[in-house]
Amino acid sequence: MANTYTLINSATAGSGGVASFDFTSIPQTYTDLILTISARSSRTTGGTDGLRLEINGSSANFTYILLDGDGSSAQSAPGSSGLVAQLPQAGGSPGYTANTFASTSIYLPNYAGSNNKSFSIDTTTENNAISSYLDLIALFWSQTAAISSLSLKSTTANNLVQYSTAYLYGISNS
Amino acid sequence: MPTKLIINCETGEQTEVELTSEEIAQREADAKAYEAEVKAKDAESVAQAKVKADVLKRLGLTENEVKALLS
Repeated sequence: MANTYTLINSATAGSGGVASFDFTSIPQTYTDLILTISARSSRTTGGTDGLRLEINGSSANFTYILLDGDGSSAQSAPGSSGLVAQLPQAGGSPGYTANTFASTSIYLPNYAGSNNKSFSIDTTTENNAISSYLDLIALFWSQTAAISSLSLKSTTANNLVQYSTAYLYGISNS
Repeated sequence: MPTKLIINCETGEQTEVELTSEEIAQREADAKAYEAEVKAKDAESVAQAKVKADVLKRLGLTENEVKALLS
């Protein structure tokens, strides 16, 4: 790995899970950020849970375009939240194999700049079944502030289960 | 009580703290907003499927026949 790809910090959910991972005081010294996540939701009813991003403590001013395949069909859809992934969960439909996690990578270019921020995301659920999601997401945050904190949380007010992880990397262009 | 894991990237310190009542209320509000967004999308998909079915019916074609024409 290039020496410009630096682990800033990481987190692992302990027993009982956590409502969110909150990376604070992010150094402004890198060119880009990469956030890699392995997560599963504690949700037990309804459909697939989602994982959403908050920036600098705000869940507002997000829009996205999602391209999604589930093994039998594909769709594209817009949205207005900080959605970055679909998460396996214990119950509901479709059901997910026990202890499977979603794998997600978020690229955040020019995070310390003064322009609006756009991000690219690839994510997949893991499931020992026919149905599983693979998504590409173009996420936009129409704010010019530099990014100093990032939070990851369930879209349905559930927990990220034990052993969910998040790794934040800094990328330098020199 | 749900907790959040705070990772201070400057100091490397990690602390797990309980959510405040305001944070829990916001969490619930965000969840309701997301569910409303999902329901709206589902309704749109159902409406689009109905339009498609109506058009096929007027044309007198099945979905497989249309796929064959477009392949």
